[in-house]
Amino acid sequence: MTETPLLSVRDLVVEFPRRGETFRAVDGISFDIAPGEILGVVGESGAGKSMTGAAIIGLIEPPGRITRGEIHLAGSRIDNLPEAKRERLRGKRIGMVFQDPLTSLNPLFTIGRQLTETIRRHLPLTPAEARQRAVDLLTEAGIPRAGERLDSYPHQFSGGMRQRVVIALAIAGEPELVIADEPTSALDVSVQAQIIAVLKRLCTSHGAAVLLISHDMGVIAETAARVVVMHHGRIVETGSVGDIIKRPREPYTVRLIEAIPSIRRLHGAPATAPAGVPDAAPLVEVRGLSRDFVLTRRGPLQRLLGRKEEVLHAVKDVSFTVARGTTFGLVGESGSGKSTCAWTMVGLLRPTAGTVLLSGHDIWDGREGERYRRRRVQMIFQDPYASLNPRWRVGDIIAEPMRALKLAEGRSETEDRVAELLRRVRLDPAALRRFPHEFSGGQRQRIAIARALSSRPEFIVCDEPTSALDVSVQAQVLDLMQELQREFGLTYLLISHNLAVVRQMADHVGVMHRGALVEERPVDALFDDPKHEYTQMLLAAVPDISRVA
Amino acid sequence: MTDAVEPAPQSAPQPTRFQRFARSDLLWSYLRSPVAIVSSIVATVLILAAILAPWLAPYTPFDPATLNLMDGFTPPDSTSFAGHYFLLGADNQGRDMLSTIMYGSRLSLFVGFSATVLAAGLGVGLGLIAGYLGGFVDAAIMRIADIQLSFPAILIALLIFGIARGLIPPAQQQNAAVWVLIIAIGLANWAQFARTVRGATLVERRREYVAAARIMGVRPISILFRHVLPNVLGPVLVIATIGLALAIIEEATLSYLGVGVPPTQPSLGTLIRTGQQFMFSGEWWIVLFPAVALVLLALSVNLLGDWLRDALNPKLRR
Repeated sequence: MTETPLLSVRDLVVEFPRRGETFRAVDGISFDIAPGEILGVVGESGAGKSMTGAAIIGLIEPPGRITRGEIHLAGSRIDNLPEAKRERLRGKRIGMVFQDPLTSLNPLFTIGRQLTETIRRHLPLTPAEARQRAVDLLTEAGIPRAGERLDSYPHQFSGGMRQRVVIALAIAGEPELVIADEPTSALDVSVQAQIIAVLKRLCTSHGAAVLLISHDMGVIAETAARVVVMHHGRIVETGSVGDIIKRPREPYTVRLIEAIPSIRRLHGAPATAPAGVPDAAPLVEVRGLSRDFVLTRRGPLQRLLGRKEEVLHAVKDVSFTVARGTTFGLVGESGSGKSTCAWTMVGLLRPTAGTVLLSGHDIWDGREGERYRRRRVQMIFQDPYASLNPRWRVGDIIAEPMRALKLAEGRSETEDRVAELLRRVRLDPAALRRFPHEFSGGQRQRIAIARALSSRPEFIVCDEPTSALDVSVQAQVLDLMQELQREFGLTYLLISHNLAVVRQMADHVGVMHRGALVEERPVDALFDDPKHEYTQMLLAAVPDISRVA
Repeated sequence: MTDAVEPAPQSAPQPTRFQRFARSDLLWSYLRSPVAIVSSIVATVLILAAILAPWLAPYTPFDPATLNLMDGFTPPDSTSFAGHYFLLGADNQGRDMLSTIMYGSRLSLFVGFSATVLAAGLGVGLGLIAGYLGGFVDAAIMRIADIQLSFPAILIALLIFGIARGLIPPAQQQNAAVWVLIIAIGLANWAQFARTVRGATLVERRREYVAAARIMGVRPISILFRHVLPNVLGPVLVIATIGLALAIIEEATLSYLGVGVPPTQPSLGTLIRTGQQFMFSGEWWIVLFPAVALVLLALSVNLLGDWLRDALNPKLRR
C-alpha cells in the first residue's frame, strides 16, 4: 500500500485505573485502514474490540484514558485534539453504528428530525434540501416509502428497520470512516443478513471505510476483506479473511476458528449416532400444544361495553415427539414461541390447550403430574449470571434439587454427591464452597448443568444454553453436554437461534415461525434439503465461515 | 475434552471473613471518603456515650436523692455553690446537662432503633408478599402504602399515638409510653421499605434462578425467604440507616410536642422542650447542648446512610 492510510493506529494503549492497579483494556495495538476498506475486528468478550472503537472516536468513559500511542485520520493526528475539535469529527468524518438501535436513536424525536439535524450540522444545506437528502438516504438504506416514514418515531420501526435508520444516520454527514460496533448482534438472523448488506452497500457507494467490530466470525467473513483478531487487548493476527479462516497461523486463531460451529457438516459423518432405538416409544410427546397471552385485560366497565380482549397466540397447535436419548432442536427467531414452548414443558407455564406427555404421563395433570414431572425434568437457562442465585454457595445451588425432592440422606451424602457432580462437569470439587461470581461464564454454565443433573432427570430442556458464551467456551459446553448425554442417556430439548449449534447437537429439528411449527425433520434432511420456504430463507441468511473461498 | 478437572478459580486458601472484608470494595470506598470516616467516628462516640451512660456519666441525673436544687442554672464549665463541677452546665433542677444528654440520647437511640427494626420488618415482609404474589394483594398493600405516604409521617405517628392513649388505661400510660412511641414511629415508616422491597422483588422473581427453583418444585414461601429475600436486603440496609436518623428526629419531635416520653424519663426531645423555656432568660445551655447532640447524632447517621447508598451502587463507584 503506497497511499496514506485513512486511519492509522500506532501502539495504542488504553488503561483503566482501578483501586491502585491499572487494567489495560487495549495493550499496544497498531493497524491501518485504507480509504474505502472494510476491516473486521474479531475477538471474544473482553478482548478490547469495543474499547479500540471508542478510543478512535474519543468516547472512552472516564476514568479510562489513552496512555500511549497515536491515532491518525487521513494523516493528521486526532487522539490529542481538544474535546471541541473531536466533537466536530464525530458524525462529520467518523460515523458510528452501535449494537442496540433502540438506544442509539432518541425516542422523543422523529427520525426525520434526527436525520435532517445531523445532515444540516455537517453539510451546508437548506432544510428542504436536507429533508430530500434524508429521504434519499433512507431509501438507499432500504426503507420503503421513506418520504412518509420520515415523520415516524423510532418505536414505530422494527429492530431491523431501526438499524437501517442508524446506518443512514451514520452515513448522513458523508464520513470517511464508519465504526460499526456489533451492528447486528441484537438482530435476528434473517434481518442480520439484510443489515450487513445495507451497511456494505451504503459504505461502498459513499466511499466510507468501515471498522466492523463483531464477536461473530461469520458476520466478518461475509462483510470484511481484512480482519484483525484481538485477544486480551492485543492483536493476535492480521490478515485477509480467507487466510485467517482457512490458514490461521497463531494458536489462538486456530482454536478460535475450530470452535466456531458451522451449519454445514464439514466431516461427513453425523456428530452423534442416534443413541436410542429409533422405533422405541418416545420419551416426550407434545400434542396440539397452544399457549395464549392476554395482552389487554378488560376491566369490568370494558367487559360491560363488550370490548374484545387482545390475545397473542404465542404457541399455536404444536406437536412433536422426542425419542429417548436423543436431542430435539427447536429453532426460530425471537418471538417465534420457542421459549414459551419450553416453559410449558418444564411446568412453569400452563398450556392453554394441548398436552405434554412424559413417558405417557400428562405433566399438567394436577398434583400427580407435577410430582411425576419434578423428578424427571430439568432446565438449563440462557444466562448463567441470572440462573444462579448470587448469594448462595455453589454447593448449595447444586444440592437444591436434591433437597427439594429429598433425594439424599443427610449432609455428608449430599456433599459427596455434589462433589461427584462437580467432577462430572469437570470442575474442582473444592468449588462447592465458593460463590457464583468467582467463576467465568462457561464455568457458571457448567455449575448450572451440574444443578440440572443433580435430581437425576431423564429430560433436560436447554433454552439457549450457549448464546451468552464466547465461541471457544460454547464449544466446551456443547462437548460436555454431548458427553453427559451418552453417559446418562439423557434426552435434550435444545432451543437455539444459532442454527450451527443445532446442526452440531440435534438429531431431530423443528423450525418455529410465529408460534407454529412449520417444519420438523431429522437434522441432516432439514439442513440439506429444507422444504418449507421459511426454513430455506433462514438457512440462506446465516452468515457462515464455510462459505469463504 | 479430556477428563482433566478444571481447578477452581484462585487456588489460594479460602480467605477468612476478615480478609474478605479487608479486600472488599466497601472498605476501600470507606477509606477514601472523609465524610464517611468523620461521621462514623462521631456516630460511634455518641452511640457509645449513650450505651455506656450508667458507667460514664459523671452524675445520675434522674435519681432525686443526688439532686441539689442549689446547683440549678449553673453555667457551663463552672463549679456550683454546692461544689459540683458541670462541664455543660446544669438545668433548673440542678441536673448535670452532660449526664442528661447521655441518658437522653440512650432513650432516643433505643426508640429510634426499635422503631426502625419494626418498620423494616413490617415493610420487608409486606413488600416481599406484594412483589411476589402481585395482583390484588399487591394492589391492596401498595395502595395502603400510598395513602400513608401522602400524610407526613409525624402526623401518622401522632394519630397512632392518640389512639393508643385512648386504649391504654391511664395508670399504665407512663410505663407504656416508650413502647407506644416505638409502635407509632415504626408504623409510620414501613411504607418506604415496602416500596423498595416490592420493586426489588419484582426484578428478582423474574430471574432464572427463581424459575429453576420453581421447576424443582420448591415451595413459594421457601423461594421467597431463601432466594429472594437475601437479594433484596442491600437497599434495605441503606434505607434502614437513613430511617434510623429519621426515627430519632421523629421521636424528638413527638417528645418536643409533649406526646412522647414523660419528663421523668427524658429523651433528647424532652430535654429540648424543657430547655426552651429558659432560652430567653439567658440560660442558653439548657436547650443548646441537647439540640447539638440531636443534630450531630441524626446528621452523622444520615451521612453514613448516604455514603452507604453510594458505595453499594456500582454505577456511582469511581
